[in-house]
Amino acid sequence: MTGPQTKLLRDMIRIRVFEERCAELYGQQKIRGFLHLYIGEEAIAAGVISQLTKDDSIVATYREHGHALIRGIPATEIMAEMYGKAAGCSGGRGGSMHLFDAERRFLGGNAIVGGHLPLATGLALADKMLHRKGRVTACFFGEGAVAEGEFHEAMNLASIWNLPVLFCCENNLYAMGTSLQSSESETNLSLKASSYNMPSWSVDGMDAEATAGAASRALDTVRGGGGPVFLEFRTYRFRAHSMFDPDLYRKPDEVAKWTERDPISTFSAQLTSAGTLTQEHIDRLWVEASQETQDAVDFAEAAEWEPVENLEDHVGATDGASVVLV
Amino acid sequence: MTAMTMIEAIRDAHLVAMERDPKVVVFGEDVGYFGGVFRCTHGLQERFGDHRCFDTPISEAGIVGAAVGMAAYGLRPCVEIQFADYMYPAYDQIVSEAARLRHRSAGDFTSPLVIRMPTGGGIYGGQTHSQSPEALFTHVAGLKTVVVSNPYDAKGLLIAAIEDDDPVIFLEPKRVYNGPFDGHHDKPIVPWSKHPLGEVPDGHYTIEIGKARVHREGTDLTVLAYGTLVHVAQAAAEEQGIDAEIIDLRTLVPLDVDAIVHSVQKTGRCLVVHEATRTSGFGAELSAIVQERCLFHLEAPIIRVCGWDTPYPHAHEWSYFPGPERVGNAMQELMKP
Repeated sequence: MTGPQTKLLRDMIRIRVFEERCAELYGQQKIRGFLHLYIGEEAIAAGVISQLTKDDSIVATYREHGHALIRGIPATEIMAEMYGKAAGCSGGRGGSMHLFDAERRFLGGNAIVGGHLPLATGLALADKMLHRKGRVTACFFGEGAVAEGEFHEAMNLASIWNLPVLFCCENNLYAMGTSLQSSESETNLSLKASSYNMPSWSVDGMDAEATAGAASRALDTVRGGGGPVFLEFRTYRFRAHSMFDPDLYRKPDEVAKWTERDPISTFSAQLTSAGTLTQEHIDRLWVEASQETQDAVDFAEAAEWEPVENLEDHVGATDGASVVLV
Repeated sequence: MTAMTMIEAIRDAHLVAMERDPKVVVFGEDVGYFGGVFRCTHGLQERFGDHRCFDTPISEAGIVGAAVGMAAYGLRPCVEIQFADYMYPAYDQIVSEAARLRHRSAGDFTSPLVIRMPTGGGIYGGQTHSQSPEALFTHVAGLKTVVVSNPYDAKGLLIAAIEDDDPVIFLEPKRVYNGPFDGHHDKPIVPWSKHPLGEVPDGHYTIEIGKARVHREGTDLTVLAYGTLVHVAQAAAEEQGIDAEIIDLRTLVPLDVDAIVHSVQKTGRCLVVHEATRTSGFGAELSAIVQERCLFHLEAPIIRVCGWDTPYPHAHEWSYFPGPERVGNAMQELMKP
């Protein structure tokens, strides 16, 4: 059970199982605060990240558990971070929305819509100026970020400076509760992005092979010094925006239409009918993912909280230099 | 030692820092080819090439955001926001990204960068070219905030800021770029060449971020000041015949609390001055600290003299500005038995 197709399916299943469990843990108040689930959109992270090398960087949004998992941050460390425990990948500082890992070049976990796009531009500019050839920064964001000024500024700078950025727009059609039609003057986002004079096209975000293929093609351009590329992945989140969202703005038949295109079940059916995998194989992928998630939960449960007096660490380079904890 | 204006001292600090460390890069709106609207980066592109000193579009969020990413990946960006008043589009990047990256990644990523901004009024710039937004930065954990008052400090503090491992907001009151402006706007400009703090050492030196400077020793009262108001306070003290001790704070975060406490405990009277609007200004923080640390040494209530709680006016600029007359009146008030 190896090969790129199996890996894509396995990775999507890993995200799905991990996140279904997160939703349960949220109900038990083990995970607190905000929780934005990626369920339904797994084909994008699985496909795009499968095409990145370990030298590439990832900058993602607050809906980033899947990206972190596929990037190789251990599920244990991600789950501990979801719990807010010190063993988490951000030391318990960030929680669900702020996953970081220097070793894997994973820079968030960024929970200000659009705020991380200029950051991605800067990372790529540093790579270019320091002659780290062939490195790419993959920047994920929702279509809601396209309405932000920072989107415009980052796209413009990346283009005029010919920077190695792969802009990955995860267009799930709703910026929280506001539809694309209500928030964008031009709803064809790849057309809009092309005004920044970079190659831009739209991709079926419910098909992991399509997302991987598009990323591969785009990365050839970016790595070859061709400057940034914008990919719009058309997708849908099966859950509400966050756990606080009653999801009243989407019609049931629209949700039903998209859930028929579930990237995991359609790809599973495709692979079994082609004889690539048997149902037994696929069942085993679900069992393995469940075990990975269970191990992560056990790890997070057993992990310690950061002592509150340590909170002044990492405010600045000199711990406690400019901090008053009273 | 060379006699320099504050502009020349800032430019020299860039030269020294860029010469010593190839990772120092300078960019912003018109800082490259043009050399900066106030000329603080004049000649840097010619000297170091357009990969080390370059122009950007009018794109403040993009400038600061790119600097954060570059800093996270090993460069030391020193960027210019052309006027502090243009900072607001970048404020999200400053607060949510630059200040917080280290903390939220538990030290995995840092943002050693400098954001230089000309501040303050005195050039009839009205509400969009005159502001002093220091309190918007001092309120943010993770930022250091420096306000300079003279060429000697400007060079030493800018080099220290560039070498610092944290994001530093570096505020340059534009009215003291060319001389120690004391608030008498109707008198001829006194150039830095006639002032001891206009003598700037050649080559590399730093001034520790977090250390205040006693600008004038005295026994009657303590003035807590920074930027242009240091010189205004000196003029006011001399005109009123009051032996004021003037502390130039130099850096607001981290703050040299010991220097403040030492002086106020000695004089027993405290005047706080700044050009920024009064309400929730940094003077409020200073007053609180003095009250907490020196209450039983105080012989009079602390007085604040600040800009008014209005947008910076155009025609009435010199009424808004806390000039030597207003500062002097407050000194007399403080000295009443």
